[in-house]
Amino acid sequence: MSKILFSGGSLIDPIRGTIKKADVLVVDGRIEMVRAKIKAPEAQKINCQDKVLAPGFIDLHCHLREPGEESKETIASGCRAAFASGFTQICPMPNTTPPIDSEALVRFEIQAAAMANGARIIPVGCCTKGRQGKELAELGGMAAAGARAISDDGDWVADSGLFRRILEYANTFDLLVISHCEVPELSGVADENIFATRLGLRPSPSVAEAIAVARDVLLAEFTRSRLHICHVSSGTTVDILRWAKRRGIKVTADTCPHYFTLTSQALKDFDTSYRVNPPLRSEADRRAIVKALVDGTIDAIATDHAPHTPEEKEREFENAAPGIIGFETAFSLGFEALVLKKKLSLMEYIARLTVMPAQILGIEPPTIAPEGEANLVVLDTEAKWQFTEDKILSQSKNTPFLGKVMRGRVVATLLGENLFFNP
Amino acid sequence: MELKHLLGIAELNRDEILTILEQAKRFREVLDRPIPIVPALRGKTIVNLFFEPSTRTVTSFTLAATRLSAQCLNFAAATSSGKKGESLLDTVQNIAAMRVDGVVVRHSCAGVPHFLARRVNCFVVNAGDGFHEHPSQALLDSFTLREHFGNLEGKRVLIVGDIAHSRVARSNILCLIKLGVKVAVCGPPTLLPADIADLGCEVFHRLDHILYEVDVVNMLRLQVERMSGNMIPSMREYRQFYGLTRERFSRLRSDVVIIHPGPVNWGVEMDYDVKDLPQTLILNQVKNGVAVRMAVLYLLAASRGLLKGEKDE
Repeated sequence: MSKILFSGGSLIDPIRGTIKKADVLVVDGRIEMVRAKIKAPEAQKINCQDKVLAPGFIDLHCHLREPGEESKETIASGCRAAFASGFTQICPMPNTTPPIDSEALVRFEIQAAAMANGARIIPVGCCTKGRQGKELAELGGMAAAGARAISDDGDWVADSGLFRRILEYANTFDLLVISHCEVPELSGVADENIFATRLGLRPSPSVAEAIAVARDVLLAEFTRSRLHICHVSSGTTVDILRWAKRRGIKVTADTCPHYFTLTSQALKDFDTSYRVNPPLRSEADRRAIVKALVDGTIDAIATDHAPHTPEEKEREFENAAPGIIGFETAFSLGFEALVLKKKLSLMEYIARLTVMPAQILGIEPPTIAPEGEANLVVLDTEAKWQFTEDKILSQSKNTPFLGKVMRGRVVATLLGENLFFNP
Repeated sequence: MELKHLLGIAELNRDEILTILEQAKRFREVLDRPIPIVPALRGKTIVNLFFEPSTRTVTSFTLAATRLSAQCLNFAAATSSGKKGESLLDTVQNIAAMRVDGVVVRHSCAGVPHFLARRVNCFVVNAGDGFHEHPSQALLDSFTLREHFGNLEGKRVLIVGDIAHSRVARSNILCLIKLGVKVAVCGPPTLLPADIADLGCEVFHRLDHILYEVDVVNMLRLQVERMSGNMIPSMREYRQFYGLTRERFSRLRSDVVIIHPGPVNWGVEMDYDVKDLPQTLILNQVKNGVAVRMAVLYLLAASRGLLKGEKDE
C-alpha cells in the first residue's frame, strides 16, 4: 500500500471555491482524507508548508510530434515534460505525420501515452482526412476510440461548406471542434505593424485571425454547435468573441502565455525563437488578451507547446519552423503576468488551467476531494528560479525564455500513483 | 569608428554615415587615377556570398575589393531555400571555418546578414536581405546626391513605387532622414507597407500630388511578380499612374534629379527618353557605388585592426 501525505499546505480548489489550510492523504492513488491535521506516520510525507495545493492542470493545446517527428518530441517525452510542469491531462494536436485522422491512430496515441508514466492524453483527431481540408474524417470512429475533440490545427478549414458539415457531424458524437483561425491568403510571418515594416518581414495582419473567427462563430451559431477557438492572439478576435458570447453562441477560447507576455517588438534581431503562429502582436493586442482573460472572454490558458529541432529553428526567419515549447514555463509565466500583476487572483488563475479547460472539453473538472483519484499539484508561489536548458524535460529547447528569472514553481505533480516531485 | 558589420542603415548614426561618405569621396578620387588601386587590403580575403542572383551589386563589390588590393572570391551558394540542399547554417559554418576577413552577403530572406554576423568572426556586409535593407545602395545614393547638391539638409526626396517589397526604399528612407532630408514615399496602397509613415516620411498615393514639389525623384524597380499577387492590375496602368513618363518629366523643374537603383524596367516605371538626360544620375550611382563599397570594406577592416600590416611593410 502506498501512502503519501501532503501536509501543511493551502488548498485552492476552484470548482469548490475553497481556499483553506489542509492536509491531504493519498492512499494507492486515491484521496483518502482532506482535513486540517492528519497523522499518518507511515506515509511518505511531502512538506507543503507555505505551498499551495491545487488540482492538476489541463493543457488544451500541445504538440507531441509522434508519430512522424520523433526527433522533436515523442508522446513519452512530451507527457513526462508536461507532467513535471503540473499538467496531468493534455490535448496533443493531431497534425503529426501521418495526421491522427482514424480510430487506429487514436488508439495508438492512447497506448503510447499509457506507457509514458506522465500526463494522460485527451485525444484530438483531425476534422478532415489527412488534415487536407477536403473530406470529413471518420469522426465517429475516432470518438469511439476515445477522442474528445477534433481539429485541423496548423491550418484553418477554409471551405465554409465543409466546416459547416464538420460542426454538424461532430455534434452527433459530442466532439468539441477546435479551430485554428488564420486565413491563409492573408498570412505571413510577423504581425502587420511598424516592426514588420522595419524588418521587411512578410506581414500577417490580425484580421487574418479575426476574419476566420468571425466565420467560425457564425457557423457555430447557425449549426447550434459548440466551437472552441485556440491560441487567440489579437484584440480584434477578442472583440468578435465578446460579441459572439453576448449573442449566446456556444463558443469558448484559449490563449497562450506568449500572447500575454510578449509583443512583435521582440523580433527586432530576427531571433527565430520568437517565431510563432499566429505571430506575436502589438502591445494593444497583448493588453486586450490580458483583459479578455480577466473578464472571461478568453476562458482558458493553453501552452501550444511546439517543439522543434535546432536545425529547423537556426535558419532564415521566414523559413524557421513556428513554435515555442510551452510546458516548463506555462505556470510561471502566467503567475507572474496575471497573478503577481494583480490581474487575476491565484484561484482565478488556477481555474483557467484546470476547471475551465475541463468544462470546455466536457470532462469532469479536477478537484481535491476524498474518494476521487489523486490529481493535484503542489505550487511554490514564493519561488524565484532561473529557466535554463537543464530545466527542460522536453526533447526540444526552442524557447525565447531561456535565462529568464521565473516567479512561482511547480514542486510536485500527482496523478493516481504517479508522483513527480522536485523539492 | 567602431563599426563591426554593415547590417543596415538602422544600426548607423548620422556621424557614421558621414564618415563612410567622406571616406568614399577619397576613394572616388582614386578611381579617376590611371591605375585606380590602393594597397589597403593587400593579403585580405573578401568572400561574396550571394544566394540571390545579382550582376551589378556583386560586380561592384568585387571591383571595390579588388581596387583595395584584397582578394575577392565568389562562394557558390545554393540558391534554393527551404529543406533542399545545404542549409544556411552549414554554409555559414563553412565560411567561418575558412577564416576569411569579410563576407558580403545577399539573400532573399530578411535577417540573414544578422544571422551570419552572430556566427562568424569576420565582418559582414549586407548586400540586400529580402525586403529588409540594402545599406550600401542607400549610402551610394546619398553619396551621389551629396555630390550633386552638396548639403542635403532640407532637400525633399520622393521615393516612388513598390515600397513594400523594396529593401532599397527602407534603407534610403532611414539614411536620408538621418541626413536631414525630408522624405516622401508614393505608391498604391497595395505596394506600401503598414505604418510606413512611422519611419518619419510622408505618404502619398497619387504621384501627381507630390511629384512637382520635390528636389529628387527616386524611382524603384517594379517586380513583375507583383502583378500575379494582384497588387497592380497591369504594367500599363502602373505606368499611367506611377510611371515617370515623358509627359510628367517635361513638367518637372529642370533642377530636379532622378535616381534609380537599377535595373530599370524602361517603359514601366520610367520612359526611355529620360535615360540620357543630364538630370538622370543613374550611371553616376553605379560609378559611385564602387567608391562607397570601397569605403565600407576599408572602414570595416580598419575597425577590426586588419590594416595594421600595412605599417610593417
